[in-house]
Amino acid sequence: MVSVKRIVLDVLKPHLPSAIDFSQAIAGVGEDYRVRLTVLEMDENTQTLSLEVEASSVDFEAIESAITSMGGSLHSIDQVDVQNEADDG
Amino acid sequence: MSLTEQARLLLSISRTSGIVRRYFVVNGFDGALTMLGMIIGFMISATDDLTVIINACMGAAIALGMSGLSSAYVSEVAERKRALVKLEEAMIADLRQTAHGEAARWVPFWIAVVNGSSPLFISLLILLPLWLTKAGLILPISPLYVAIIVAMVLIFLLGVLLGQIAGISWLRSGIQTMLVAIITAALIYLFTGH
Repeated sequence: MVSVKRIVLDVLKPHLPSAIDFSQAIAGVGEDYRVRLTVLEMDENTQTLSLEVEASSVDFEAIESAITSMGGSLHSIDQVDVQNEADDG
Repeated sequence: MSLTEQARLLLSISRTSGIVRRYFVVNGFDGALTMLGMIIGFMISATDDLTVIINACMGAAIALGMSGLSSAYVSEVAERKRALVKLEEAMIADLRQTAHGEAARWVPFWIAVVNGSSPLFISLLILLPLWLTKAGLILPISPLYVAIIVAMVLIFLLGVLLGQIAGISWLRSGIQTMLVAIITAALIYLFTGH
């Protein structure tokens, strides 16, 4: 089974929700999700982020939906780690 | 996300937690002072008909509640809409279906409910001794005096809450708001025939 293990996204978001709330909401998408958020740029109303998400199987669409629901906008997918794992049994 | 977490998020992204708290205290204070003023007015008028007093005070309490509800809703809807449009311009995106859009729809409603219910709820607490007496409970002193004591205690507690919000001495803040109530009572006595 081919799974996405890690993804790095370029995201634009309003100042609120805060980086902590934003990361928590993304991590809430899946049980073993690990999120690393870096603020790259900031202006009066928005922040540009690098958002790194790691999991045994990253659900990109669910992450995109979580970003959009918090007012963020996905600019690009900057890095992806994908693995082809042997199916058990 | 649970309903509480959702509400916390919406209040946080709209930066309105402080506004809700402030409206609760300010309008609660309005309600308490209005009831205090009306009850003192009835005492000065030597009216002992509890039905008249309760009906007049309830009328004022409901009017305060409706005024708080409608004024906060109208002004907050305008404020939230303006903030959303500004953010949409910055994001170059339609944010109506996002948490920011939800905040613009729901937060004015929550603020209005707090703003309206705070004076109503506090007024009802102050009127409680009058209802109890009317229901047959015998109080050791006149129910109007008990209502004034309840009003003073609630005004003191609102001051304590303000002190805690501001991070200053709760006792000092409580006494300050009580002083306002005492000055109000003195002014009513001064200007109503005594």
